[in-house]
Amino acid sequence: MTYEAVIGIETHVELQTNSKMFCGCPTDFGAEPNTNVCPVCLGLPGALPVPNERAIEWTVALGLALGCEVSQHSLFHRKNYFYADLPKNYQISQYDLPLCIGGHLEVEADAGTRRVGITRVHLEEDTGKSTHLGGGGRIHDAEGALIDFNRSGIPLMEVVTEPDIRTPEEARAYAQELRSIVLALGISDARLEEGSLRFDANVSLRPKGDEELGVKVEVKNMNSLRSLQRALAFEIERQAARLEKGEAIAQETRHWDEEAGRTEPGRSKEESSDYRYFPEPDLVPIHTNPEAVERIRSALPELPALRRARYVELGVEPAAAVTLVMNDFAGLFDGAVAAGADARAAANWLTGEITAHLNRTGESPVDLAIDAAGLAELVGMIEDGDLSATAAKDVLNGVLAGEGSPRQVATSRDLIQISDESAIGAEVDAVLDAHSDEVERIRGGEDRLIGFLVGQVMKATGGKADPRLVDRLIRERVS
Amino acid sequence: MDPADLSIAEAGARLRSGDFTAVDLLAAVRRRASMTEAILHAYLTIDADGATAAAEAADAALSRGEDRGLLHGIPIAVKDNMVTRGVETTCSSRILSGYVPPYDATVVERLKAGGAVIVGKTNLDEFAMGSSTENSAYGTSRNPWDPDRVPGGSSGGSAAVVAVGSALGALGSDTGGSIRQPASLCGVVGMKPTYGLVSRYGLIAFASSLDQIGPITRTVGDSVIVFEAIAGHDPSDATSYRGDLPDARADLEKGVKGLRIGIVRELSGDGIQPGVAAAFQETLDRLRDAGAEVREVSLPSTEYALSAYYLIAPAECSANLARFDGVRYGPRIDGASVEEMMSATRRDGFGPEVTRRILLGTYALSAGYFDAFYGQAQKVRTLVSEDFKEAYAEVDVLVTPTSPTTAFAVGERADDPLAMYLSDICTIPSNLSGDPAISVPVGLDDDGLPVGFQVLAPALGEGVMFRVAAEVERLSGFDGRPALASSEGAA
Repeated sequence: MTYEAVIGIETHVELQTNSKMFCGCPTDFGAEPNTNVCPVCLGLPGALPVPNERAIEWTVALGLALGCEVSQHSLFHRKNYFYADLPKNYQISQYDLPLCIGGHLEVEADAGTRRVGITRVHLEEDTGKSTHLGGGGRIHDAEGALIDFNRSGIPLMEVVTEPDIRTPEEARAYAQELRSIVLALGISDARLEEGSLRFDANVSLRPKGDEELGVKVEVKNMNSLRSLQRALAFEIERQAARLEKGEAIAQETRHWDEEAGRTEPGRSKEESSDYRYFPEPDLVPIHTNPEAVERIRSALPELPALRRARYVELGVEPAAAVTLVMNDFAGLFDGAVAAGADARAAANWLTGEITAHLNRTGESPVDLAIDAAGLAELVGMIEDGDLSATAAKDVLNGVLAGEGSPRQVATSRDLIQISDESAIGAEVDAVLDAHSDEVERIRGGEDRLIGFLVGQVMKATGGKADPRLVDRLIRERVS
Repeated sequence: MDPADLSIAEAGARLRSGDFTAVDLLAAVRRRASMTEAILHAYLTIDADGATAAAEAADAALSRGEDRGLLHGIPIAVKDNMVTRGVETTCSSRILSGYVPPYDATVVERLKAGGAVIVGKTNLDEFAMGSSTENSAYGTSRNPWDPDRVPGGSSGGSAAVVAVGSALGALGSDTGGSIRQPASLCGVVGMKPTYGLVSRYGLIAFASSLDQIGPITRTVGDSVIVFEAIAGHDPSDATSYRGDLPDARADLEKGVKGLRIGIVRELSGDGIQPGVAAAFQETLDRLRDAGAEVREVSLPSTEYALSAYYLIAPAECSANLARFDGVRYGPRIDGASVEEMMSATRRDGFGPEVTRRILLGTYALSAGYFDAFYGQAQKVRTLVSEDFKEAYAEVDVLVTPTSPTTAFAVGERADDPLAMYLSDICTIPSNLSGDPAISVPVGLDDDGLPVGFQVLAPALGEGVMFRVAAEVERLSGFDGRPALASSEGAA
């Protein structure tokens, strides 16, 4: 039988506000454990939360970018559960009155455009981070645990979709597009490797064509686009195999094990939670003023879909436009074009060599040693004939290695092309004099020998002559 | 006169006139504490070094001409559910034994900034849950008027120290009457401000939407002084009031002529002890004689207030007390897993009343019960507030006995939670509505036990509340001190 998967995704996005959600502690990643903490985010007796207004505004901004309605009256609730890295043993979250409801996001996947409904966008606080000692890092056979509360209280936005997604590829495309929007809004660094973006998914299968939904399984612990796609693919296959054998699907929570490449059932304790939500009495209701919402709406930056369309209009290939936006190259690209670079050429460098460099080093675009002006300079030098295509790659490598601007690198590495016609002309004349036989044979119709003569000139100039110019000068002289 | 017998206002004046120093004053209240503590057990911690340093600093400042205000050099006690930096804070619970907070509650900061000398931390019912201090994990405090009786609670320690002069004033916290009821039982003045006027930052929460810190003092004038010192917006408390503070002082001398005073039909009948009813009636007559117009009003929802309170307060406490898990602070009982460690720590750390309320609250918030319990209780809360609003359309203040009874014997209600809960029948409605209320002692009953008279006012109505309270104080002429506080009592 053919099955159709029905997938909904919950995405947690860590916001990059300066301070935490309910206290003034810094949010920077990588600080010494338990240094970015205070009575509030440690849950000390007597401490009280005060909401971060910037985080609320950013959540509204994302909601607007996703076409959501912003609730005029919204509430924080307490979500009660005991966990060692949750300092108050309740999480301040939102329940039946989230900040934003009812939007959508259009994503492109193999099957075409999919409109994914957004159920809600809400705001909550992150937990601390446990490290289990011994026992392979797993809680049930660990010898002990260390808890770092630096992450405790970092603003965490949750974006929940309707069960509109049908394939792992669509899920990945959705996550990719959401990440691009978050980056465009500048509300999160969206670094997957630092856990700034985390995914949970609900997956069920039903015979293709059926309306009725199958039994839902929640898959947790997917921290990259790739693991999201892999986990869903595994889970769909697992469920399909069971259904084929006539076995029932258990409604459960399963954890994705990245190394094993499979989902494993969670412990039953975690499933039977009753979170006993009730309105957080330490906070007052959030009343969103419609004028403030309009201010946020009018300050929204260009969103990825519009940005891609604009890039295509500038002459960029559609596939390259997708990559530019996806890889967060908008700043570099727009800056280079504004500095006079040819759009298509700039796009090619970014989606080609520079993307390859990022993949190799694992860096982000913000870490790059080349800026928009440098990229424009590089493109310009090639256009002006100062750099050959081969030399340009060397120059880029030098720039990325921090050796200086493209012109500085080209000069210090002695890669500037000779495109002075009289200088090259003299070299051409000398080569033609030394190869009179070949010249005669060319004149006799053996055109392929032109290449040989070009090579001789290049050799004589140490590879610095512009080969197109050499070719033209030889042809002029032998004709 | 022994400086420990002075009001804050009198002591302040005599400090400034040079009759004695802040160090002398501190020595006097410490003498009083050493005379009475063996019987009362009202203090859990006396911060000898901190208080001495603060008193010396207060004297030095005053000699330089720096006057921090009306609390400068005044010895004040703080209920042990407000955190004090470097001084053990236990909430009278085993689960916080040995806990030394790294920060001061906003009220403590404000007292210090006002030059007050913090004498120590006072006993309470564990996590402020109770009406007698019998629920303290560190022993019951005693009533200064009769040590066989309870001082009330939960701020029993604070009320007792003020009654005997082992502090000139104290802070209490009031979730359902925990300032007013012990003030009533100990013959002192206890005031619960409008919700939001005093920061809760650093108050170890019992029920966040009901808790409010307030003063316990010997006089209404002193109550105003302490209230003014601790009230005001605090950016660290999101529920803190941002507007202008009510003027608590302007109308203190105006008397009650022309004011409309309401007595509450539902809180003046059955269940009020005869001695309490008599003292209440006598005070009413005096107020009428002084020119007030007395009317009867009805607060029909009061009937359900106690039930609503015993759903809302436990529900909030079940979450507020979840953080005491042995992970980050406090004692820890080891277990084979984190869950077992948390369970064992909490089972050992919490006393029976706290455990009862956590269980009640957890149940009331559970899936399937929320609407029937917590949701319904919130509706009653709205009704209570509406009743008050309607009443205040007709009268300026409401008055009731603070407690239906005078101090009861230690052990008398310890095994009967429902009887204990009824102690707060007259005080709980204003916690549900968030309105201010004050208890003023008006006399002694036939057993020589103090009776308190409660004045309630609408939100931000501290001005009229203090005005009536000051007149009640003048008219009653009560200025009693328990025998324990006199020098003969030391013998």
